[in-house]
Amino acid sequence: MDYSIKIGGEAGQGIQTIGGTLAKVFARTGCHVFTHQDYESRIRGGHNFYQVRLADRPVTSSRDGIDIIVALDKESISLHERELNENGLIIYDSEALRQKHEGPHFLDVPFLTLAVENSGSKIMANTVAVGAVLGMLGMDLEVLFGSLRETFSKKGDEVITGNINAARAGRDFAVKYCQKCSFDVGAIHELPLQAKMLITGVDAIALGAIASGVKFYSAYPMTPSTGIMNYIAGKEEEYGIIVEQAEDEIAAINMALGASFAGVRSMTGTSGGGFALMVEGLSLAGMTETPIVIALGQRPGPATGFPTRTEQGDLQFALYTAHGEFPRVILAPGTPEQAFYLTNKAFELTEKYQVPVIIIFDQHLADTEWTFEKFDPDKIRYADMRLRGDALSGMTEYKRHAFTESGVTPLAVPGDSRHLVVTDSDEHDEEGHIVEDAETRIKMLDKRLFKKMPLIRQEIEPPMFYGHEAPEIVLAGWGSTYGVMKEAVDALSPTLDKGGQGGGIAMLHFSEIYPFPPTDKFNYLDILNNAKFAICIENNATGQFARLVRAETGYEFKYKINKYDGRSFTLDELEKEIAARLNKTNP
Amino acid sequence: MPTLQDYKGQNPAWCPGCGNYSILKSFKDAMIEMDIEPHRIALVSGIGQAAKLPHYTKCNTFNGLHGRALPVAAGMRLANHGLPLMVFTGDGDCYGEGGNHLLHNMRRNLNIKLFVHDNQIYGLTKGQASPTSMEGMTTRNQPFGVFSEQFNPMAAAVALDCSFAARAFSGDMAHLKEMIKAAYNHRGFSLVDILQPCVSFNKINTYEWYKERVYHIGPEHNPEDRSQAFTKALEWGDRIPIGIIYKNSRPALEDRIPIIKDMPLVRQLFDPSKIKDTLQEFY
Repeated sequence: MDYSIKIGGEAGQGIQTIGGTLAKVFARTGCHVFTHQDYESRIRGGHNFYQVRLADRPVTSSRDGIDIIVALDKESISLHERELNENGLIIYDSEALRQKHEGPHFLDVPFLTLAVENSGSKIMANTVAVGAVLGMLGMDLEVLFGSLRETFSKKGDEVITGNINAARAGRDFAVKYCQKCSFDVGAIHELPLQAKMLITGVDAIALGAIASGVKFYSAYPMTPSTGIMNYIAGKEEEYGIIVEQAEDEIAAINMALGASFAGVRSMTGTSGGGFALMVEGLSLAGMTETPIVIALGQRPGPATGFPTRTEQGDLQFALYTAHGEFPRVILAPGTPEQAFYLTNKAFELTEKYQVPVIIIFDQHLADTEWTFEKFDPDKIRYADMRLRGDALSGMTEYKRHAFTESGVTPLAVPGDSRHLVVTDSDEHDEEGHIVEDAETRIKMLDKRLFKKMPLIRQEIEPPMFYGHEAPEIVLAGWGSTYGVMKEAVDALSPTLDKGGQGGGIAMLHFSEIYPFPPTDKFNYLDILNNAKFAICIENNATGQFARLVRAETGYEFKYKINKYDGRSFTLDELEKEIAARLNKTNP
Repeated sequence: MPTLQDYKGQNPAWCPGCGNYSILKSFKDAMIEMDIEPHRIALVSGIGQAAKLPHYTKCNTFNGLHGRALPVAAGMRLANHGLPLMVFTGDGDCYGEGGNHLLHNMRRNLNIKLFVHDNQIYGLTKGQASPTSMEGMTTRNQPFGVFSEQFNPMAAAVALDCSFAARAFSGDMAHLKEMIKAAYNHRGFSLVDILQPCVSFNKINTYEWYKERVYHIGPEHNPEDRSQAFTKALEWGDRIPIGIIYKNSRPALEDRIPIIKDMPLVRQLFDPSKIKDTLQEFY
């Protein structure tokens, strides 16, 4: 079982309600789900879609072929009809679209009329559509009813009953009139009857921050990072967190640094353009050794680019931006699960080493929904590394930037004791006051950079190795291409693997990017060197990660697959690209 | 009782005769008179001659980037509103580079004390026009004279309903000290614009120039009357008023955020046990 459903329409028509409800129902039923959204930078109108994939095994990418299209606008048909799989169907309301389609793959469901007749309100037309899709799939409606009861609990019984009736009407209509429906979700019944969690990348980052004890989040709204601020703001009261909307990104990072210096765990988030404004603040974090986590959600540039679309175009920017020389850490989660745990790691590293940590992600990871059995809060590490209270008062002396063996000076809470806490964006002495002398300069730079960097590097995990253990073909990548690369390995293994005769395929996925992972725990360079085809796959034009690998290890990828149209790879697309590389060089 | 010795820092690197010396001395005197120990307060500054002040005394300090003292202070204040905060900045730092932060922090109204050393010229970069330079002033970079309208921080403060706005003059230390104390004791965002000669680069707005013009605002002025305050804020030229121009009793932001009502954020312990329940929302 592996079906894809596409809900297309204008912004504001409710495609998110339909798509989101279906995804939730599938996840609660125990299915594996992957969703992605394609939307324009507008609040109303345009053409947008929400694509939901459900399967009886883990799915981590979108497919090109669609099994059910829910068409809320004419473009959903004109643009996507050709994507239909064999036996695929388009459901639409000819009254709403003011056009009638006669082909055998069309099912005209009177969403509006059924809503008015059964619930008394045309608002519930979307619930009719959800019911119709579930009916086409032959699924039970009980899970949906539970979800509707929760969603509308505050609106009263009338609204709940109306929605339930609307869903039932949609289902009954589909069951009665969909003679061509041949979908088989029987495999669902083989799955353990346990609801899965359904979560996006931004929510996972936000959850990771909350689980790590974030107390202060300042940001200026910018797609695709805004969801982090939205989620944390919803938890302000419950967890005792302050979310402050800054006047600009410069203020956002400086506020976060101020709060961090004052003694609380702090974070900011933005996208490339906003990060460009934050860059001087990044350098300030480096100089003042103030802990901060920065969530950098990439979207296609340059400048405003495609505000609502995806790209991995800011890796080199994140690596090398900001004036002066100071250490930084860059983490690049590939899944919401990795985002949750790596955000925790970001906080641990920034608090432990007092260097800025950047979590680099993109619109694809931000907005896609994935299913997981669970996130394990017991795996979250939390240790308060600040000097405060009695521990601080009891010290005979305190200097904010005192020289130490590790280069790290414990950060005291200003105002908590008689010890003064002083820091400066100018070069400074151990106390934190401005200096000009060369000797102190050298010692301070050694402390900030050369002493800390080797220690940080030891904390970096090697890439994830997945697939054949001695692969002839290696797919290498970083960040959000994880899902599609992993599925490509799964999909291509049976055809490529010639048993003991080579042909094996595997993936090397890097989620901890800088400092670049050492090879002592796992020599991934051997894997690359021994492979016949090592292909670096990136959602950008120039192969920024391949360049980093070469700079850090000397290894140069001969094969690359780059996509820079502002959209993420679909599985089918990536498979074709891989086949093309293999065929071109191996006729 | 703290003494001047407790507030002693590095030897200032300012030009001899600079107005900054009087501001530094007035600050120390005000703190000592109010019996405030250096470790109980924090100073935040940006870049410029004024912004070096924290190094020439001794308190908790964050000396950040050019123009960005206010956002750092805002973050510190939200994280720990038990720690009184003073920002020392200049006309270039605060009215130029950091102008946006000034506007929005007046609106935000955290209990931050902002002291702007306003010498109507850029000192650290050697003599370019500042936002408060008077129209027509010629400099090496403005050979035809300044064309832009002079920025009026007092009028801007009244327009934005800034919680407290006062003007002082570094040549009148007794009055300056009282303005520092009044700002310190006001609850809300407080701006004190301190007129100060730059002996090296500003040949127009000299000690004598200010001395001839400044006068103390008298009891007839009601600083809580916004219209009166706006009229007073517009006075500039032959006569320049110093004193409290405007104040109101808008509640400070830290008094309005429910979660820090009882305890500063920095004192609140993190309870990781709740995360299990939060994760359930995603099923």
